[in-house]
Amino acid sequence: MEWEVVIGLETHTQLQTKTKIFSGASTEFGSEPNTQACVVSLALPGVLPVLNREAVKCAIKFGLAVNAEIAARSVFARKNYFYPDLPKGYQISQYELPVVGKGSMKIQVGTGDKAYEKVINITRAHLEEDAGKSVHGAQEGMSGIDLNRAGTPLLEIVTEPDMRSAAEAVAYAKKLHDLVQWIGICDGNMQEGSFRCDVNVSVRPKGSDKLGTRREIKNLNSFKFMQQAIEYETQWQIETLEDGGTIQQATVLFNPDSGETRAMRSKEEANDYRYFPDPDLLPLAISENDINTVKTEMPELPEAMKARFEAQYGLAHYDANALTSSRATADYFVATVDTDCDAKLAANWVMGSVSAKLNADDKEISESPISPSALASLIKRIQDGTISNNAAKQVFEAMWAGEGDADSIIESKGLKQVSDTGAIEAIVDEVLAANAAMVEEFKAGKEKAFNALVGQAMKASKGKANPAQVNEILKKKLGA
Amino acid sequence: MSLNSADIKRIAHLARIEVSDAEADATLTKLTGILGLIEQMQAVDTTGIVPMSHSQDVTQRLRDDVVTETNQRELFQSIAPAVEDGLYLVPKVIE
Repeated sequence: MEWEVVIGLETHTQLQTKTKIFSGASTEFGSEPNTQACVVSLALPGVLPVLNREAVKCAIKFGLAVNAEIAARSVFARKNYFYPDLPKGYQISQYELPVVGKGSMKIQVGTGDKAYEKVINITRAHLEEDAGKSVHGAQEGMSGIDLNRAGTPLLEIVTEPDMRSAAEAVAYAKKLHDLVQWIGICDGNMQEGSFRCDVNVSVRPKGSDKLGTRREIKNLNSFKFMQQAIEYETQWQIETLEDGGTIQQATVLFNPDSGETRAMRSKEEANDYRYFPDPDLLPLAISENDINTVKTEMPELPEAMKARFEAQYGLAHYDANALTSSRATADYFVATVDTDCDAKLAANWVMGSVSAKLNADDKEISESPISPSALASLIKRIQDGTISNNAAKQVFEAMWAGEGDADSIIESKGLKQVSDTGAIEAIVDEVLAANAAMVEEFKAGKEKAFNALVGQAMKASKGKANPAQVNEILKKKLGA
Repeated sequence: MSLNSADIKRIAHLARIEVSDAEADATLTKLTGILGLIEQMQAVDTTGIVPMSHSQDVTQRLRDDVVTETNQRELFQSIAPAVEDGLYLVPKVIE
């Protein structure tokens, strides 16, 4: 039988606020345990939550970025469960009325000829608080609790079960990861847990419109693990069903060492969170005015920027896509083009040499040793014919190595292209005289001989002659 | 909707409340009474009425995103039963 995998994601993004969602305690990562755990984080009796304006703003930004309905009125609810890193005995979350409703995101899957676009529907996104952390093994028979993270604002983003392969799920997760950083609501740091994905996986016979029983892979904090975990889980479910077994709904963990997913010991009582509206918090009202204010602070979104790059600069869809893959790359490109250099050349350099060098040095584009304006000055020297493309590559290498700006490197390395017609004519004449045999071959109809003559002329000029001019002059002289 | 004593035990367990069999029976009677009241209320036609999530018809006031809390770990941990290296210690929990 042919099987189809159905995948939906729930992503917890830590919002980039200075303070917690319901108190004025700092959210800074990596501080000494419990130094950022205030009375609210500790859930001491009598304390009350007060909602952080910035967290609400982040939620609105996300809603706008995925074209979602933003609720004029949303409600906070208590999700009840017992765990020591949640001292209140409930997590403040949103249940029936989330702040962000239905929206959608367009993703690009695969590369080259097999690439395709797909729309992933967002079911909802809601505000909630993060829990603290448990540290096991601090003392025999005891667990240590650090409540610094307790109360850190989260936006939980839930998709419809729209993805049909591990590749689609990873493409969505990466796109979401880019987007939340693009709009500045999350730092995207997966090692520090700022962006955590839960993946719901089920399989069904291809063509069926009924969903199979799903298992949820919890807390994936790398795209590589996500890919591996989904592939393993899908295979496991198919094999289980083909062997006549059934799938039990479960929460599973991925073990990166074995590459396997394994069901967690089911909690002795099935999840029964007994949600109810939190009487400590009034409904959250968001007006048109609030939304419009946030709109004015929104950066141009990747989709809009992509369309603009295609229309304004005549870039190919693929190129526009690559340049808007992250805010940093887009900013770099825009800053380069803003200096009036040729956009297509700039696009090629940013996606080509710059990105290759960054990869090789394992650097982010924001750390590029060549600034956008420095790159632009190099591109302008190609545009005005001062240097050839080959020479430009040498200049680029030298600039990357910190040897100076484009003009001084062109000067010191003597890379200036010879565009003086008289000088090139002299070189061509010499080449023609020294290669009479090739000239004969060309005249006898061998086209290849022409290229060989161009090569000879370039060599004679030590690569500095303007190739276009060499071509032109050679053609003229040969009467071709 | 009717409850039995197994439901009562389960609810008590979820809320981590210890109830004896006698208490469970008493609770069953009380909760059944409350559910009866709810059933009565559910008979009212509420079509078109927005559910009330708070008794006051006002909305949430928001706080500026400014750090106002200072580190008072020492004070807070002075009343904790067990601490080590700044961590609160609790009986071992492993999921």
